Amino acid sequence: MSQLKEAILSTTAKGDKAFIPYIMAGDGGLEKLQPTILKLQELGVTAIEVGIPFTDPVADGPTIERAGERALANGTTLRKVIETLTSFSEHIKVPLVAMTYLNPILAYGIEKFSEDAKLAGIKGIIIPDMPLEERDIVYTALKANDIALVQLVSLTSTPERIERLTKASEGFIYAVTVNGITGARSSFASKLEEHFKKIQEYSDTPVLAGFGISTPEHVKSFSDFSSGVIVGSKIVDSLVANDWATIEELVKASKVATVK
Amino acid sequence: MSQVAIKNGYYGDFGGSFVPEDLQQVLEYIGEQYEKYKNDPEFNEELKYYLREYVGRENPLYFAENLTKQLGGAKIYLKREDLNHTGSHKINNVLGQILLAKRMGVKRVIAETGAGQHGVATATACAMFGMECTIYMGAKDTKRQALNVFRMELLGAKVVAIDIGQGLLKEAVDEAFADLVANYKNTFYLIGSAVGPTPYPEMVEHFQSIISKESRAQHLEKEGKLPTAVIAAVGGGSNAAGAFAHYKEDQEVRLIGVEPAGAATLSKGSPAVFHGFKSYVLQDEEGNLLETNSIAAGLDYQGVGPLHAHLHSTGRGEYVTVTNEEVLDAFQTLSRVEGIIPALESSHAVAYALKFAPTLSPEDSIIVNVSGRGDKDVEQVFEMLNK
Repeated sequence: MSQLKEAILSTTAKGDKAFIPYIMAGDGGLEKLQPTILKLQELGVTAIEVGIPFTDPVADGPTIERAGERALANGTTLRKVIETLTSFSEHIKVPLVAMTYLNPILAYGIEKFSEDAKLAGIKGIIIPDMPLEERDIVYTALKANDIALVQLVSLTSTPERIERLTKASEGFIYAVTVNGITGARSSFASKLEEHFKKIQEYSDTPVLAGFGISTPEHVKSFSDFSSGVIVGSKIVDSLVANDWATIEELVKASKVATVK
Repeated sequence: MSQVAIKNGYYGDFGGSFVPEDLQQVLEYIGEQYEKYKNDPEFNEELKYYLREYVGRENPLYFAENLTKQLGGAKIYLKREDLNHTGSHKINNVLGQILLAKRMGVKRVIAETGAGQHGVATATACAMFGMECTIYMGAKDTKRQALNVFRMELLGAKVVAIDIGQGLLKEAVDEAFADLVANYKNTFYLIGSAVGPTPYPEMVEHFQSIISKESRAQHLEKEGKLPTAVIAAVGGGSNAAGAFAHYKEDQEVRLIGVEPAGAATLSKGSPAVFHGFKSYVLQDEEGNLLETNSIAAGLDYQGVGPLHAHLHSTGRGEYVTVTNEEVLDAFQTLSRVEGIIPALESSHAVAYALKFAPTLSPEDSIIVNVSGRGDKDVEQVFEMLNK
């Protein structure tokens, strides 16, 4: 079992829900990466999704796209992110999940990337512009370095696709909770619960909800029918504002059992 | 077996569909609908009717006698896409896709536009078919192309300015895809260039192939043989895709794509996955996109359609570059010598023809695709010449 999946299952075994914050590496400078990761770890997050900035972020909403632009502007690249993570990897206790588009990995070289990513503490990866049908491009190299390839399942996926995606997903299953790109939304589509149940039917891999989750109430509302949540835009905004209180509130909302 | 056959959305090693899962699903559906109708006799009859009655096809393959005499060398023929309704080849594809949208039962069409040509063509067809129309455009582009924004609004379209990133075409495309994912049940995304995830490149090539279907027959009738070469400008590559399509199997016909020196994707780029497909792209060593610089807004693009990446890598197509100065010169030459003001995009093809024709013999003949008319560019050229 992948370390990523293990970390999530040990959280849910306690009765809590998994909480994975998304951060944009290099937003505010790469020197912020170490303190940010260590502090999130201290707050008790289950894993951390580390975004790599890219010039063509097709799956990102305005908040994360702008964070990516800021990171690119100060010279952040995939190579530098890996180097920075490696420099303090012995202090990283939670699994890191890289979120990057396919082209920077291809430019890096998929084998070299996988080997270096492993040394940097990366246990899982999300490549939003790589469809399941194309995963052979990266799969062997990732597998050889124990990096779980997480698949996204969307509300538009047909039952046949949901089955294939769910069975293929490693670490966890990333269930997209709205149609479209990332970003905080005020309400969620109905029938979500049904959608989650359908996804969970095909696999024992935990299902996490992502996209548009921005309040402790959102975090709690997904507790009933998912194994936890991924929070992106709200975390990115809060980090820019240095508003750790908001982040703490969000993490706390996932501690269903251990915090009263 | 044809060397340019499309398999699973790929032209050889290029193409495919590299998009997030929610979009993947929607694209598969559009692909199925396209397959269902592209060979449907009734669908094609209707398309033919509108191409004839509304666009004004077929347009001439005009023998540019003055230019031929002046240059000495190959006979030069001009395929007059500039004479189409709305003034460029864009309308060919717009009509094809809008008829598909109609068959699919949707009432709303969205499109992206850079300089505004594709947006105007889409707004035009939507007006005629009574479709609701939303055009996404980078905020910076809406300011530079204020008149085209007005044209689209005049035609009843809603123009949405996207003020994120550089405020250019790329941001408009992202926004249009987000709209499609959220509204796919009643919305069709009409892409104008031969780029993007499958099925778009193939669909655009198919609907633009009318250009070479006509030119091949016209040339055979006038000369009793096939042309020595077909020359077309390449940005994303839609007019060139259409100008080359029916010659791909005619090995003796040279297919020459002309890129701006400042956006020479095929000449200076390398393979990459970008904007939802695999092709050649201008990128840095970290895999990020480089900026481009062309005087023709319609060619100012970092990538190129997968068809051209494939023709380039197999050697079936030849891709060359011309400088901004050569393009400006060609713009003026064709205007003066033949009384035809070509679009700056088309002027790239003309510029190469001016160099190429004299190297051939009078037995040879070449077809230059005049993809659009230059009225839209007159003000810009005026400013450049009087600087």
